[in-house]
Amino acid sequence: MDRRKFLKLAGLSVTLAGGVPGFLNREVKARAYTPPPGALTARRWGMAIDVKKCWEEPNCNECIKACHHLHNVPDIPDKKREVKWIWKDEFEHVFPDKPNEFNNIIFTHKPFLLLCNHCEHPPCVRVCPTQATFKREDGIVMMDYHRCIGCRFCMAACPFGARSFNWVDPRPYIKDPNPKFPTRMKGVVEKCLFCYERLEKGKMPACVEACKKKALIFGDLEDEHSEIVQVLKSRFSIRRKSELGTGPSVFYLL
Amino acid sequence: MYNSDKVIPGIIIFVLFVTFPIWWNHGKSVAAPEPELPKKGRCVESKEYMRSHHMQLLNVWRNEAIRQGMRIYTSSDGARFWISLQNECMKCHNNKSKFCDRCHQFAAVEPYCWNCHIPPETKKFKAPKASRLLKLFGVPPVLHGSSQAESYGHAEH
Repeated sequence: MDRRKFLKLAGLSVTLAGGVPGFLNREVKARAYTPPPGALTARRWGMAIDVKKCWEEPNCNECIKACHHLHNVPDIPDKKREVKWIWKDEFEHVFPDKPNEFNNIIFTHKPFLLLCNHCEHPPCVRVCPTQATFKREDGIVMMDYHRCIGCRFCMAACPFGARSFNWVDPRPYIKDPNPKFPTRMKGVVEKCLFCYERLEKGKMPACVEACKKKALIFGDLEDEHSEIVQVLKSRFSIRRKSELGTGPSVFYLL
Repeated sequence: MYNSDKVIPGIIIFVLFVTFPIWWNHGKSVAAPEPELPKKGRCVESKEYMRSHHMQLLNVWRNEAIRQGMRIYTSSDGARFWISLQNECMKCHNNKSKFCDRCHQFAAVEPYCWNCHIPPETKKFKAPKASRLLKLFGVPPVLHGSSQAESYGHAEH
């Protein structure tokens, strides 16, 4: 057999063996799992908080209210057992590595908005023994409450206090439950999840949408043309405890 | 045989006692559970498949949706569904106590789905109940605020 004949025969065999039967029996791909169409996607989600815009309304808590209502976060009056996804605190607690002692005076009664930083190298994920908390490909540090055993290693590892433990059944402390989102149970750790359930439906996070002053900018940190990257390129910003090397994805524009 | 007047009745009583569950329930049957199915619409898979495999399917669903971000399920006949127990399954099976609970009680299984997921018939949550331990030590079941509550801000741990 010469080279030409061999190639012809090989090509014909491949077509008959693979192509033709596959073409004739066009089955729908059954029992398949696919990502939702129309979802907002990114390589690394991040948030920039325009602190000065936030201070224009010092008593506004719209973002906190929206988030905590939507995610069935209980309102537990006991500070030792409270649960929070997004909250406010003073400068000296937020940035304990303060540059000088006068900062505390400048920032007296100036609240900073706090939430999970969705770190690039999350220490909570490293210590979780059951992989209940893990890092998604889009940078969100996710919680799989089905797997959480309540060991609280992640709370010890997180340098930002972004995680809350459910010391009691949270349900009695949810005044107006949102039937579209689950609650948590006693004995699991919870935190902000960058509204993964809203991103899946093509919506921005609840806090970003609720902010009247548009002080929260949410977007892809690895997309050069995104609004957040444009803002971070043009304005001075700081991150909490960046010297620890966790790489927070929440930026504070000053 | 020594003491046969005591041993033989003893053996008979013992056998009757041990086989008590068999002859006591003989001929009786417990009515099969009758879960209330939705009047219209279709389920993601066939009735038979769901009856025998819904727990495996739900387990795969939760892993695919939460861990892999795969929210769309294409069923064996090509129909597509949004993966969500609370928002998709319960849209048709809109009564947990008349659907889920009927078989689960019969089979004496207590899946912990509803510790977190909210059943469609629940509109408000109940006040916390005092457990025996709390009662013993006189601890009130409802948590109260501490005196150091501020408008915002508290020390980070």
